[in-house]
Amino acid sequence: MSDWIAIAKLNEIPPMGARKLLTETLEIALFRTGNDEVFALRDRCPHRGGPLSQGIVHSNAVSCPLHNWKIDLQSGEVQGPDDGCVNTYAVKVDEGVVYLNLALAESAA
Amino acid sequence: MSKQKLILIGNGMAGVRTVEELLKLEPEMYEITIFGAEPHPNYNRIMLSPVLAGEKTIDDIVLNNREWYADNGITLHTGDPVVAIDRISRQVKTASGNTLSYDRLLLATGSNPFIIPVPGHELPGVVGFRDIRDVEMMLESARQYQKAVVIGGGLLGLEAANGLMKNGMDVTVVHLMDILMERQLDKPAAELLKASLAESGMNFLMQAETAEILGDDRVRGVRFKDGSEIEADLVVMAVGIRANTELAQQAGLHCERGVVVNDTLQTFDPRIYAVGECVQHRDSCYGLVAPLFEQAKVCANHLAMLGYGRYEGSVTSTKLKVTGIDLFSAGEFNEEEGDETLVLQDPAQGIYKKLVIWDNRIKGAVMYGDTMDGTWYFQLLREETDISCFRNTILFGQHDLGDAGHGDETRVAMLSDDAEICGCNGVCKGDIVNAISSKGLFTLDEVRAHTKASASCGSCTGLVESLLASTMGEGYAATPSEKAVCACTEHSHDEVIQAIRTAPLKSMRDLFDYLNWKAPDGCSACRPALNYYLLANWPGEYQDDAQSRFINERAHGNIQKDGTYSVVPRMFGGLCTANDLRTIADVADKFEVPEIKVTGGQRIDLFGVKKEQLPAMWKDLTAAGFVSGHAYGKAMRTVKTCAGKTWCRFGTQNSTGLGVQLEELTWGSWMPHKFKLAVSGCPRNCAEATIKDFGVVCVDSGYELHIGGNGGIKVRVTDLLCKVETEAEVLEYCGAFTQLYREEAHYLERTAPWVERVSLSYVKQRILEDEVGRKALFERFQYGQQFAQIDPWRVRAEGAEAHEFKPLHINQMRAVS
Ligand code: SRM
Ligand SMILES: Cc1cc2nc3c(=O)[nH]c(=O)nc-3n(C[C@H](O)[C@H](O)[C@H](O)COP(=O)(O)OP(=O)(O)OC[C@H]3O[C@@H](n4cnc5c(N)ncnc54)[C@H](O)[C@@H]3O)c2cc1C
Ligand code: SF4
Ligand code: FES
Repeated sequence: MSDWIAIAKLNEIPPMGARKLLTETLEIALFRTGNDEVFALRDRCPHRGGPLSQGIVHSNAVSCPLHNWKIDLQSGEVQGPDDGCVNTYAVKVDEGVVYLNLALAESAA
Repeated sequence: MSKQKLILIGNGMAGVRTVEELLKLEPEMYEITIFGAEPHPNYNRIMLSPVLAGEKTIDDIVLNNREWYADNGITLHTGDPVVAIDRISRQVKTASGNTLSYDRLLLATGSNPFIIPVPGHELPGVVGFRDIRDVEMMLESARQYQKAVVIGGGLLGLEAANGLMKNGMDVTVVHLMDILMERQLDKPAAELLKASLAESGMNFLMQAETAEILGDDRVRGVRFKDGSEIEADLVVMAVGIRANTELAQQAGLHCERGVVVNDTLQTFDPRIYAVGECVQHRDSCYGLVAPLFEQAKVCANHLAMLGYGRYEGSVTSTKLKVTGIDLFSAGEFNEEEGDETLVLQDPAQGIYKKLVIWDNRIKGAVMYGDTMDGTWYFQLLREETDISCFRNTILFGQHDLGDAGHGDETRVAMLSDDAEICGCNGVCKGDIVNAISSKGLFTLDEVRAHTKASASCGSCTGLVESLLASTMGEGYAATPSEKAVCACTEHSHDEVIQAIRTAPLKSMRDLFDYLNWKAPDGCSACRPALNYYLLANWPGEYQDDAQSRFINERAHGNIQKDGTYSVVPRMFGGLCTANDLRTIADVADKFEVPEIKVTGGQRIDLFGVKKEQLPAMWKDLTAAGFVSGHAYGKAMRTVKTCAGKTWCRFGTQNSTGLGVQLEELTWGSWMPHKFKLAVSGCPRNCAEATIKDFGVVCVDSGYELHIGGNGGIKVRVTDLLCKVETEAEVLEYCGAFTQLYREEAHYLERTAPWVERVSLSYVKQRILEDEVGRKALFERFQYGQQFAQIDPWRVRAEGAEAHEFKPLHINQMRAVS
């Protein structure tokens, strides 16, 4: 049995942009980079809880809208000089559909 | 190898700072558990004074929220004090019966307020000033009672007294000595301080020794040694602190006035370290955070087993956090035999400065009224600089060494890079300037976040702001044409603008390719700038790129700290009808807007709106004729107007009507930075036109046009551009000036620094001397406005960019099964 859930079409996320995804318990930010990679991170900046889904996406990073911390989309790590880390969730894109696997994230959560 | 266990006793400023420093060095080394006696996560104790004074809330002063502990894998037990340490079995025991073993233990139990053990000292209504509970109790008393007595005229006592006064209490400060803050001030400075506090309503009883606290089930007064009495419903004891060594003593650690530690902050038990106010190091106990933070750094170094840090004691300096009072002192400021003193006294202006000198070196400093140079003197003191060559001007401050008369900003600009700006966190000027320029910081908060400067007691906020202003300003002035837009390119703003026009470049992709941008899709600093330049130059052709807009401009509202947005409908010239107000009221009701505020820009702000609600709200507003107020954008903001000739007995022209016309002309236009206008009906200038980007002051014979002013971080008064005679001319000159700025300024350069960079005479030449050029500028402005004056709210209310406002949903339960 698979834990991958289809959540959106790729073209529902703007390139170099993001969408907020709500589950019953989580707020997740889905990012799409300039070369169509998709990442899912918890929608909460480790600094003061800013909504990362509202930030500007550039290369594989997002700049938090509140105080401009930069967060690596791949690892969830805050880029220097600030410190911190955001939970990431497993995502894949298959035939233009974005799938999310929350089970894989349990350990990180 | 399994992780070692570290236990911290005392969840306060020094202990938690040590843990923070440790996590920076060795995040994985320890399994960390923290026990705190208070029920709160770590907060900024220093800020209890502003909380008491009503200037901050408890929430504002939390330093590490519970999430921080969780995120760093730290187990936090609040409200559960440690009651015993067993050094043999290496365990601690808490009040609730918890026992836990440690490999290393860190003591940071702080200190307790000293309560004078006179009869009655245990009565309800007698309180120290140390923690949130004390502050809550004082605030509660202030609501119910009238008279407060503060025993102790030191730093804490005066801050408590000031706070209680702000809460409406009638406050008397009782002090044993004949001068206030005798440990930080000399007599003349203390007198100035006392006079200024007395003027604000504080009462003083000097040289009074408390004998007894009177009362039965609550205090009702204080009696003194000489038999006199005074009424009191609340008594705050602020006579000093005692290191909290109880636990350490019980555990058999060597204690004197504090827990004795060596230069590595180790106690006599090598597994136990101690930091903070509970510590005695080389015979000194400290009661200010700066030295404690230095200790924290060294202690963390040893906990991380790096083993090279040494703490060798600190020289401290003091500031008082009473709004409106500036005082500073450092070192040994009471002269002894053989010392020389330099004094500057200007009683009329309430300024006093004294330096104590020995062998041409500063030993101590006291300043009152003008403390700007405190930082500089403190640096000279610590570095033991020989001052003989500038000794005769030293009291006039550091700016006097160079050109004088440019205010604070030049003075901080003159400081050397290693001058300490933030004493609490040990942050130097160089660190701050670096952070501002390399990371493109624009606000005080950003500087705080990146450097911690001014994040503790906040008394250096002014200096940091001046640094912000001078660094950003200098950036423009020093090498305007050479500075690269950001790290993604070597090209300067001017080169990019030039290329967009001449290549020509009409899309972001073309621009990246043509100018060999290093990062494939730029960064959050350059993309908004490039988007603006493309839009400003090719208004009809360039397709605006939402993903290159900062969220406020993408969502057409201001993002708030909790992720909600604000909605500010445009009110042309600040005029409105009863119907407009009714619509706003209805919208506020319908969408349950949590807060409504009249803004400084003469219109109404609806705060706390959820992003999903924005389009629906805009629909109602646009239906009633409102358009976006662009309060969120690098765009034309407001036109402030005064009553003018229609009503005011001094009005010379129809300032409101002209304001409306100007706003109708300019609304919707995107700008390099925010752009504000105002029209005042006469030189009394009630609309503050002379601190606006474009201001009009009406006079009998016409209209004075002023440019390049702003309030904000660095206030700049406008320059007079010219005088014109008709309203039509005002509109034409305004449009032309606006367009010149839109075409030539750098992104994020407001009119004030721009006018200073290109010079007023250049602007005059383009707008006044070149009539054909002016008309062409005005025409280009009007052409662009066709595209800019399509109300972004209306199109979104009708469905544009719908994805921006709608989150995706999944049903997790179904998904997981
Ligand atoms: C709402 C308002 C405060 C109020 O309730 O009065 C306000 C609120 C903000 N101001 Fe302001 N400013 C407001 C009038 C002012 C004024 C007064 C004025 O316009 O007469 C000033 C000083 C005058 C000036 O600009 O020259 C002012 C100087 C600033 C500055 C400093 C600008 C500077 O050049 O130094 C900033 C920071 C910035 O723009 O980078 C700022 C930034 C902000 C931001 C956008 C901060 C932010 O990024 O979140 C605030 C947004 C709050 C929100 O969500 O609405 N605000 N701000 C005022 C909105 C007026 C309006 O109707 O649009
Ligand atoms: C109102 C006020 C204003 C101040 N203003 C300034 C200022 O402007 N500038 C400045 O530099 N300094 C100022 N200070 C001093 C500064 O706050 C202290 O120097 C600093 O907080 C001391 O840090 P610490 O960690 O040693 O102690 P604390 O911050 O007091 O932390 C000690 C913690 O340990 C807890 N604790 C004690 N015993 C136990 C136990 N057995 N088990 C578990 N927990 C325990 C306490 O409850 C407390 O929370 C001010 C202090 C006050 C009260
Ligand atoms: S509204 Fe303006 S002055 Fe007030 S806190 Fe926000 S930015 Fe500062
Ligand atoms: S909340 Fe993200 S940077 Fe501050």
